[in-house]
Amino acid sequence: MPFGNTHNQLKMNYTAEQEYPDLSKHNNHMAKVLTLEMYANLRDKQTPSGFTVDDVIQTGVDNPGHPFIMTVGCVAGDEETYEVFKELLDPVIEDRHGGYKPTDKHKTDLNPDNLQGGDDLDPNYVLSSRVRTGRSIRGFCLPPHCSRGERRGIESLSVEALGSLDGDLKGKYYALKDMTEEEQQQLIDDHFLFDKPVSPLLLASGMARDWPDGRGIWHNDNKTFLVWVNEEDHLRVISMQKGGNMKEVFNRFCTGLTKIEELFKEKGHEFMWNEHLGYVLTCPSNLGTGLRGGVHVKLPNVSKHEKFGEILKRLRLQKRGTGGVDTAAVGGVFDISNADRLGFSEVELVQMVVDGVKLLVEMEKRLEAGQSIDDLMPEQK
Amino acid sequence: MASSFAKMMSSRTTGLLMASLGAGAVATGYLLSDSAAISAEQRRKLYPPSADFPDLRKHNNCMASALTPAIYAKLRDRITPNNWTLDQCIQTGVDNPGHPFIKTVGMVAGDEESYEVFAEIFDPVIKDRHNGYDPKTMKHPTDLDASKIHSGVFDEHYVLSSRVRTGRSIRGLSLPPACSRSERREVERVVVQALAGLKGDLSGRYYSLTEMSEAEQQRLIDDHFLFDKPVSPLLTCAFMARDWPDARGIWHNNEKTFLIWINEEDHTRVISMEKGGNMKRVFERFCRGLKQVEQLIQERGWEFMWNERLGYVLTCPSNLGTGLRAGVHVRLPKLSKDPRFGKILDNLRLQKRGTGGVDTAAVGDTFDISNLDRLGKSEVELVQLVVDGVNYLVECEKRLEKGQDIKIPAPIQHFKK
Repeated sequence: MPFGNTHNQLKMNYTAEQEYPDLSKHNNHMAKVLTLEMYANLRDKQTPSGFTVDDVIQTGVDNPGHPFIMTVGCVAGDEETYEVFKELLDPVIEDRHGGYKPTDKHKTDLNPDNLQGGDDLDPNYVLSSRVRTGRSIRGFCLPPHCSRGERRGIESLSVEALGSLDGDLKGKYYALKDMTEEEQQQLIDDHFLFDKPVSPLLLASGMARDWPDGRGIWHNDNKTFLVWVNEEDHLRVISMQKGGNMKEVFNRFCTGLTKIEELFKEKGHEFMWNEHLGYVLTCPSNLGTGLRGGVHVKLPNVSKHEKFGEILKRLRLQKRGTGGVDTAAVGGVFDISNADRLGFSEVELVQMVVDGVKLLVEMEKRLEAGQSIDDLMPEQK
Repeated sequence: MASSFAKMMSSRTTGLLMASLGAGAVATGYLLSDSAAISAEQRRKLYPPSADFPDLRKHNNCMASALTPAIYAKLRDRITPNNWTLDQCIQTGVDNPGHPFIKTVGMVAGDEESYEVFAEIFDPVIKDRHNGYDPKTMKHPTDLDASKIHSGVFDEHYVLSSRVRTGRSIRGLSLPPACSRSERREVERVVVQALAGLKGDLSGRYYSLTEMSEAEQQRLIDDHFLFDKPVSPLLTCAFMARDWPDARGIWHNNEKTFLIWINEEDHTRVISMEKGGNMKRVFERFCRGLKQVEQLIQERGWEFMWNERLGYVLTCPSNLGTGLRAGVHVRLPKLSKDPRFGKILDNLRLQKRGTGGVDTAAVGDTFDISNLDRLGKSEVELVQLVVDGVNYLVECEKRLEKGQDIKIPAPIQHFKK
């Protein structure tokens, strides 16, 4: 729906060359991959719901990128986008996800019993643990493309499903547009409230349309399980708690997700999933597991070590500031999480985080004591 | 309707989806494919207009005041010949609830036909914004004969600069919210080619935003000519900043008194300006330049969007008719402090802004004073109105300086009926 040139018939009077975007100053996955020939092949296609290649790439055209940070530069408007525009998205996926081939199969494993350890990360260093993912409801268009009616449909289905959760997962939904001042302040204090996107990466893809209609936050009474409705994906599911018991966090994550999936199925809905791409989400970077499992951990010494970057790379981990993506670390405290999303199962990724963070904390203790960490250097995972 | 039952849906998911959304009765007679994928056609049926009607309860803009569920239901599934939809017209108004004091328009056109195809919503919005102008029954006068202006030279002790601007759209090409990259580049090509034909005091040069050098950029900033990528959510939510800075640019004559913006908020914005108070000369150049550009594009088979209902057709309904804002930067230290200042401006059909343009505050005692109206009066009428009004304001200032009293003038009539 949303874009000016979706279904603009006049543009078909012009050649592909005349229509092809100027990507000469661009640095994102889409720009690396989209040749004139590919654009010519794809420009007259659309998904059944009417999403076109121009819709897919608009965010990448509008945001040339950064010389150091490679953004994706394209989004999906519905599940079929990944099929209809395979020619563009397969190489983008391959480039973004470490060589994942169009013929590869993705493994899903949400059995928390398969995780080894993870309940003993040192809370003197690991301040908090968190696992998040996203889920899309099959049959609905994704945030860049959905109509108001669909978005509201997603919201009401989600609220109904979440309303059936009980026990430790029992909770409440707060619609963004009906929130009271007090509720809003409480959610901000809890670090739960998400705001209207300001990032041009998101705005340019049409995800902020009609804000705050159909958006809201659900969380359990214990404040350890949280669901965002209709932000960048249909659902973002987050399990979190203070301290280093990642096992407990992952347990709750898997239990909660499985329950939610069951509840949706009872109502005749499934999540978008297939054996090649795993869980289908709006941004190609979140395909597969859509999982980011991480901790806030104090690493003032390790982070200054000249091999810090190399260590993280070998452990397949990523560092961020404690404000999340695109923030800097404050006071030696880092957000350390898995770098991968696709091609590894949920259990495998959280295992990498657990093992990797354990090692980093050990290194930190060594450096604190003035000892070397050379013998602790990991192999490339 | 046998064919519509021929492909009855077999997907359990789709059926249950429809049932859970309460679309039971509407499900009869559907044409559904086997997969879970729903076509745009099916979605339109699955979600009746009432499901899509925007929540406008906290909104204060002309679109929100005029859009009823009934109008929305009637117009939602209509498309212009270029496939532009109502939802695309109103997106900016849905995303920007507005301000209790400032009533924005809240919708844009994607092409010339938008104003016809969606007349049921555009007409009341136009009426609201343009003092009751009724596009169904009234005609807009166009008059670009600058010789008709009298008393158009102001006292330069008060008036620091004079400026007239308008916009023009190229017929046959979609407007900035809707245009594709190729259309936008075509606008650039057509206009730049025409401008290259201007001669004498109007001869000048084009600076494309994509190719500008650092030095050129700085110089254009210093001249106060450079326009930047829009940051106002009113514009960005209307899809106007797509593909920035592709096919955007600035043309100006060597004397720096005639300037054209290409592909910002409209296909073209045309500006005539100079320091001092010679509004008559500014308007004369304005009319001459516009006429020459029109001639040059007509030689190549193009024309401006214009009709006798709406005058010149532009992206925002607020700029229909003349699209003209004629104004001055004028010092009014005493008058601006007089409590009657606002009422005097109102009655003269004038508007004050800060010298940074729309949504800025005045600095010191210098104000940007311009016409409020755009539609229903001709260019000559509006410029004369500004001339008469500014002369009146300067008169008031002089009287207050001498300790004399001033009068609030009688209100000017809106339209010649």
